[in-house]
Amino acid sequence: MTDYTAEEMMTVAAARALRDGQVCFVGIGLPSAAANLARLTHAPNVVLIYESGTIETRPDVLPLSIGDGELCETALTTVTVPEMFRYWLQGGRVDVGFLGAAQIDRFANLNTTVIGSYDNPKVRLPGGGGAPEIATESGEIFIIMRQSSRSFVERIDFMTSMGHGTGGNSRAEAGARTKGPTLVVTDLCVMEPDPESRELTVTAIHPGVTREQITAATGWPVRFAAAPADSPPPTADELAALRALNERTARAHAGA
Amino acid sequence: MAEITSLEAAIAENVRDGDTIALEGFTHLIPFAAGHEIIRQQRRDLTLVRMTPDLVYDQMIGMGCARRLIFSWGGNPGVGSLHRMRDAVEQGWPRPLELTEHSHAAMANAYEAAAAGMPCAVFRGYVGVDLPKVNPDIRFITCPFTGERLAAVPALKLDVAIVHAQKADRRGNVLMEGIVGVQKEAVLGAKRSIVTVEEIVDELGGGPNAVVLPSWTVTAVAQVQGGAYPSYAHGYYKRDNAFYKAWDTIARDRDSFLAWMTDNVLNRREPLRRAS
Repeated sequence: MTDYTAEEMMTVAAARALRDGQVCFVGIGLPSAAANLARLTHAPNVVLIYESGTIETRPDVLPLSIGDGELCETALTTVTVPEMFRYWLQGGRVDVGFLGAAQIDRFANLNTTVIGSYDNPKVRLPGGGGAPEIATESGEIFIIMRQSSRSFVERIDFMTSMGHGTGGNSRAEAGARTKGPTLVVTDLCVMEPDPESRELTVTAIHPGVTREQITAATGWPVRFAAAPADSPPPTADELAALRALNERTARAHAGA
Repeated sequence: MAEITSLEAAIAENVRDGDTIALEGFTHLIPFAAGHEIIRQQRRDLTLVRMTPDLVYDQMIGMGCARRLIFSWGGNPGVGSLHRMRDAVEQGWPRPLELTEHSHAAMANAYEAAAAGMPCAVFRGYVGVDLPKVNPDIRFITCPFTGERLAAVPALKLDVAIVHAQKADRRGNVLMEGIVGVQKEAVLGAKRSIVTVEEIVDELGGGPNAVVLPSWTVTAVAQVQGGAYPSYAHGYYKRDNAFYKAWDTIARDRDSFLAWMTDNVLNRREPLRRAS
């Protein structure tokens, strides 16, 4: 078996969750890498939409920004940003919203706004961007994040994007009409919300990772499914596609 | 009819201290040269509006032009923080910066509402989140037909909208192509507008559905080749992603930031170009 990194395992596991033909609203960074890997491997007909207005884009390299020229040049069509958010996202045409975050809690609520208090923040993060509405207007949400006790926290400092609220039916009671987060993929494991309580539960563990590692990297007493699956390691084809994508991207962003 | 003029004159005549202005362009066609001219002309107490403040507002904030920022995502895309924006928010340097924060959907809807002459925008958003607790401009209304609770935000009415485009013709009609963001909405929702363009041509050559701003919707047009660099102009030059990465180091420290701005903006009148 080829060697691979935890980051590669995470990206591959997240890519596998996207099904061919789904319409995916893609966040920049880790979600973009995973969504494009899906397109380059098992899901050639996945429809990738970026908030800059590009629809059915097929970038050869990963965009550094959400609006790189590569996205527009390889798209079926490019619409205005108001049209993107009104007709396409709010219009209910997105199956999966693919997001990352700085902090997540046990109900998959996300913070990308501030660490500390809003008025006197310890760290001012970029903010919500498209995420608050992606989180409630996409059919379901996939989340990809590196796992540590600093990012998987007991209480997020700011509710930028709602996941399952305070658990149970609270998401629907707040007015959301969509499923919300159905999957969290990290560099250690895969979590899914419990069908009743909506609390994130470890349902698959990546090769070589222990339960103790996952517990230590989670800021709440994390629950495990009765029999978590073993994540299948990346295949040679998946790794080759991901590495080639990353190499093309690094070359392009260096200005070559 | 738009006046075809110099960038220097367009800024001098149309941008005043205390104005609410937007330099729009969603990653693409960001009017950097116009931002640099505003810095050189030392405008103060501006309310800066932009969905993604990007490097251009990091520079204007760091040079003391801004009193307030209305925005929805304040980072260096794919790289990290906007250090000058953070320094203003966290330390008040060079002056405190008041934040009015929205989501992208809210900003896009609010620009569109201004273009449409509406007092506010109504959309399905801000469900279950904290921003309405810290931004009093986010409110909720009930749909009179269905009873659904919907978000409402004020229209983004601007004193001045500034955008960059590929082409204008000699009458001042403007054509833009590629990722066109919220530029048309910003211009139509503003009292005055300035458009910088890569070139001025005899015929615009856009198809029947091209994004065109008629001359009579624009106040001033100025030709500035490379005016969107280090962002990009579809069909002319690419985004300089290497510079966006380098900015992280330049802007991290106040002294290195001021040195860069002195060399590349204050003491320079030509637009910046890619180093290679």
